[in-house]
Amino acid sequence: MKIIYSLIGVLALILIVALGVGTADLQYLFGVIIPVLAALVFGVGIIYRVIKWARSPVPFHIPTTCGQQKSLPWIKSATLENPQGRWGVIARMALEIFLFRSLFRNTRVELRDGPRLAYGTTKYLWLGGLLFHWSFLIILLRHFRFFVEPVPFFVLFIQRIDGFFQVGVPILYVTDIFILLALSYLFFRRIVSPKIRYISLIADYFALLLISAIVISGILMRYFWKVDLIAAKELVLSIFSFHPVVPEGIGLLFYIHLFLVSCLLVYFPMSKLMHMGGVFLSPTRNLSNGSRARRHVNPWNPPVKVHTYEEWEDEFHDLIKGAGLPLDKE
Amino acid sequence: MYDSGKIIIGLLLFFGLIASPIWYNLASGKGSYKPDIKIVTTEKQCVAPTPYMRTSHMDLVYSWRDLVVRENHRSYNSFTGRQYDMSLTGTCLNCHSNKTEFCDKCHSFVGEAPFCWDCHVVPKEGN
Repeated sequence: MKIIYSLIGVLALILIVALGVGTADLQYLFGVIIPVLAALVFGVGIIYRVIKWARSPVPFHIPTTCGQQKSLPWIKSATLENPQGRWGVIARMALEIFLFRSLFRNTRVELRDGPRLAYGTTKYLWLGGLLFHWSFLIILLRHFRFFVEPVPFFVLFIQRIDGFFQVGVPILYVTDIFILLALSYLFFRRIVSPKIRYISLIADYFALLLISAIVISGILMRYFWKVDLIAAKELVLSIFSFHPVVPEGIGLLFYIHLFLVSCLLVYFPMSKLMHMGGVFLSPTRNLSNGSRARRHVNPWNPPVKVHTYEEWEDEFHDLIKGAGLPLDKE
Repeated sequence: MYDSGKIIIGLLLFFGLIASPIWYNLASGKGSYKPDIKIVTTEKQCVAPTPYMRTSHMDLVYSWRDLVVRENHRSYNSFTGRQYDMSLTGTCLNCHSNKTEFCDKCHSFVGEAPFCWDCHVVPKEGN
């Protein structure tokens, strides 16, 4: 049911733009106004979410650790598993962000015949996630050929590598295949296993289906139902230089692609996709485990009223002296 | 806000990168550039309708290559009924003899580097 709702959601979006551009001729609305508004929502939304996170105090020092903390000099400590200082944290974060290290450590428990409990590593989610995210990034970077003029060298370089096998015309990009495979895996993973299906929400399916729709519309546009690329780039360039002009006859598929991307931009800050920013702001990852060396103060602790011995001595000075007790100050 | 220095630097970096097409186009000054291709021929009609050629000429040329090289089939029956010889240098470049002003303009605009010229000799231009 949840899958059906998400699928209906994505199909409704496609229907909206198909009717809007195909029937009602609202090229300017779908080509300029909605993408620009979507970009604004994306920007404001991301700032809002990040500032909101940054305003939340971290009361306890809670880095997850899975290695020896730095202690006595003759005990070997694990810098990556249990970072002590800034560089350890930076290295650990970099591995997490670029290589999804914590997913790599994923384990799985199974009840085998016997019955016998078996533990083992499982790397499929790590592989699928890595494949998806890197393909997405490379595809996004490739799109810079439509965003800027002249086309920067790194785009040409990526295209050469991505189209290394020179299959067909236009040359097939390997990342297009990879992202489809990865999305299929990530989607069917949620359906095949009853446990994962049970914990999956509409938001999980919707994000996957929306991105799949974007990918499929892009692939159709490149290989099958071609659009006027020159006109498409003119439109995109004109938006990026703040003089939007909509050229004639780009092709409906382009508007579907653009509208779905706009929907993704709007959906992004208010959904689980904000893990893009969240990964940087996870206290379990971005804190160093140096609480033995530096005290972590809970930022919401109220100022504690203390009455020091000196103040006490001043207060009862005469009584103490009268009783013949020793005073610190004399 | 805690760690405001790091947060603000991070946000600025992110939006600087996201908005990089704006800076790039401002710096290059080519934000309103449109490729202006020159057609130097007295022929009135290409081998296929212009909208089709604009979006899908690569399909046509690629199928020509397969038909000629692999099946030795050389005759193309165009939509007007006219017969053409399936040949890049003999037919296409006969009219579009100005590669730099015709092919390259759009190809470099969208960052395409077609592999036609891996095998075919780049035609000499000059009037």
